[in-house]
Amino acid sequence: MTTRSMSETTIIRDPIRPLSRLRSRHLLSVADLTPEEVVLILDTAEAMREVGTRPIKKVPTLRGKTVVNLFCEPSTRTRTSFEIAEKRLSADTLSITTSTSSVVKGETLADTARNIEAMAPDMIVVRHPASGACQFLANICSSRIINAGDGMHEHPTQALLDVLTIREHKTKFTGLKVSIVGDLLHSRVLRSNVLLLKMLGADVWVCGPRTMMPAGIDRFGVKATSSLDAAVEGADVVMMLRIQLERMQGYFFPSLREYFNIFGMSSERLRRAKPDVIVMHPGPLNRGVEIASDAADGPYSVILEQVANGVAVRMAVLYLLAGAKEENL
Amino acid sequence: MTATKSVSRQQLIILKGGHVVDPAQGLNELCDLRIANGVVEQVGPDLGVDGASVIEVPADFIVCPGFIDMHVHLREPGQEYKERISTGVEAAVAGGFVGVACMPNTNPVNDHRAVTELILRKAEAANLAHVYPIGAVTLGSKGEQLSEIGELHDAGCVAISDDGHPVADALLMRRALEYASMFEMPVIDHCEDPSLKGDGSVHEGYHASVLGLRGIPGEAEEVMVERDVTLSGLTDGSVHIAHMSTRGSLRAVRSGKERGINVTCEVTPHHFTLTDEELSYDTNYKMNPPLRESGDREAIIQGLVDGTIDAIATDHAPHHADDKTVEFEKAPFGIIGLETAVPLVIDRLLHKGLVPIGRLVELLSTNPARILGLPGGSLAPGAAADITVLAPDVTTEIAASRFKSLARNTPFDGWQLRGSVAAVLIGGRIVYTNEDIEAAGVFQ
Repeated sequence: MTTRSMSETTIIRDPIRPLSRLRSRHLLSVADLTPEEVVLILDTAEAMREVGTRPIKKVPTLRGKTVVNLFCEPSTRTRTSFEIAEKRLSADTLSITTSTSSVVKGETLADTARNIEAMAPDMIVVRHPASGACQFLANICSSRIINAGDGMHEHPTQALLDVLTIREHKTKFTGLKVSIVGDLLHSRVLRSNVLLLKMLGADVWVCGPRTMMPAGIDRFGVKATSSLDAAVEGADVVMMLRIQLERMQGYFFPSLREYFNIFGMSSERLRRAKPDVIVMHPGPLNRGVEIASDAADGPYSVILEQVANGVAVRMAVLYLLAGAKEENL
Repeated sequence: MTATKSVSRQQLIILKGGHVVDPAQGLNELCDLRIANGVVEQVGPDLGVDGASVIEVPADFIVCPGFIDMHVHLREPGQEYKERISTGVEAAVAGGFVGVACMPNTNPVNDHRAVTELILRKAEAANLAHVYPIGAVTLGSKGEQLSEIGELHDAGCVAISDDGHPVADALLMRRALEYASMFEMPVIDHCEDPSLKGDGSVHEGYHASVLGLRGIPGEAEEVMVERDVTLSGLTDGSVHIAHMSTRGSLRAVRSGKERGINVTCEVTPHHFTLTDEELSYDTNYKMNPPLRESGDREAIIQGLVDGTIDAIATDHAPHHADDKTVEFEKAPFGIIGLETAVPLVIDRLLHKGLVPIGRLVELLSTNPARILGLPGGSLAPGAAADITVLAPDVTTEIAASRFKSLARNTPFDGWQLRGSVAAVLIGGRIVYTNEDIEAAGVFQ
């Protein structure tokens, strides 16, 4: 098997070769990665991006591998991004969403996972509303698990695509002022990005209402503030987090109007940032709530580049994890 | 019936030579114990042997008045797949307890005489540890209408509690305290402001934030402890704070006691052993109240030493693996404790030099008996010969697979702890002998 797919790879002149492999079996958290592995993923993603520019956007790298996308929470962007990444690598892929799965019939997550396992997939990409759901599945499954967002815990591939995007615009991470603004409490994007940006040496600021500051934020090694101006002042990167509209019910803030007045990003408020600031957002956007259209669509916005990089980063992660399996066998 | 028969068969028994610790009599020395027909007849050095069967107790064993766990969940009736009264009392004696007080959150809730009587009947059939039912404060523990507390008392309940559900309404709590005081029953409260708890599942703090789990601040407990102490002062009713977990709660109880208020409290072994630093997504670390910070753990140990805390209770909360093998936030709260409590107490409190043995016996026997108005808690002549014998230097290897409890949900599986239960006697009858300890063979 290995020999044949290698020779096919050679024939179609696929530039991609196993550079190395990831130490961890799964990608559950950014904490599973070393700085060297992050660089490996980013470099591999840049090579993968080239595949997307070809007339035939496909390489045989994961031919014969089965990847299941288990999405127990609504998602358009992340699921589409993983599916495209898997298909570009020629994996056999299928997506299960909760509305079509037996989860709605009352089956436990453990049983759902054991049943999927019985059909011998190589990897399971998991999006789940419960923090720790991916760790839970990794404990009971022999397939490799890729965390595509678990509750309020982490979203590692989002953070990886974010740093890939930053790397394209900035020369180095050390000392880079990155301000993350919004609903810090409920955000898995925040947690993964803080871990990853700190690992790369960035100066990370977080900004949001006091009601949405995670307890113990001072121990995360970030500067926490409720002043948007202080967060934006001299920033190299401003990353906006989505505000979920139902948060008003938990008394987190009085109204969307007031939220925008105090924490919403606009081109006006961006003036305090560095002239070459980039503005990021993991999507989906709430225009006029956490970000005004003039900021979301302005010249410093890299929001659609993030989406494009998502496919490349996910191809890299799938590839590097699958490669590790062959080596182990 | 069986109990009566076995008592009548018994002759005199003498426990010779153990280290007897009984704070109620101020005893902490090597001496003998003479038991006649299940009742302690005499305590003292070198008692005569005349016709008695003699048990030569090794000098390094500690003989105590039987331990009472004033906070357990036996799950019967209603959730027999988690635990039964018969397995619960077997776990109790294997863990060194001669009696357990069981919380009313069964199905149906123990809010009527019929449920209390069923529990007592099952306990009598099991014929091991004493079972002391705790009745519900309110019908269905819904916090709306008082249960027939007089009838529950008459049926055999020793206290009332809506454990698991705080009595959130202050007026209802006031009335419960006033009303229960007519029957000299304490109201045991699970203190937690429901709105502050929200949908939290672990202690609110750095570790919860890292794991992305919703937090429960310690203050959710503290505001209700403050309220209960205040209401106890108003009504002069006895309030007992269940499974207290924070510094602030201890401060409130200490201050109440200084003002002469009728408040008592308990802590669990897991709260004096573990903190939120141990948290992962392992649901055997999920209990309510949650594991707190090291400052809280230190304050608890201080409270055990200085007398602010009256009792150590396990909050034994059996759950089936099916219930616990789920996403963390979906899992039910609670861990079992009957078969790990005594080794944890001896290893973590006695051997670490934190709490002396006399005080530990108060926490595990004397005080629970006093708070609940039970006959045990002392080995003075005339008391039932309910006795816990400890082998404090023998290591216990915690193996959940060997538990007598039906449940396995413990974070302590695989732990090695210095300190064991050697044997348990109830009414002079040997109901448990630790087969892992050769020297405990004298109790066979």
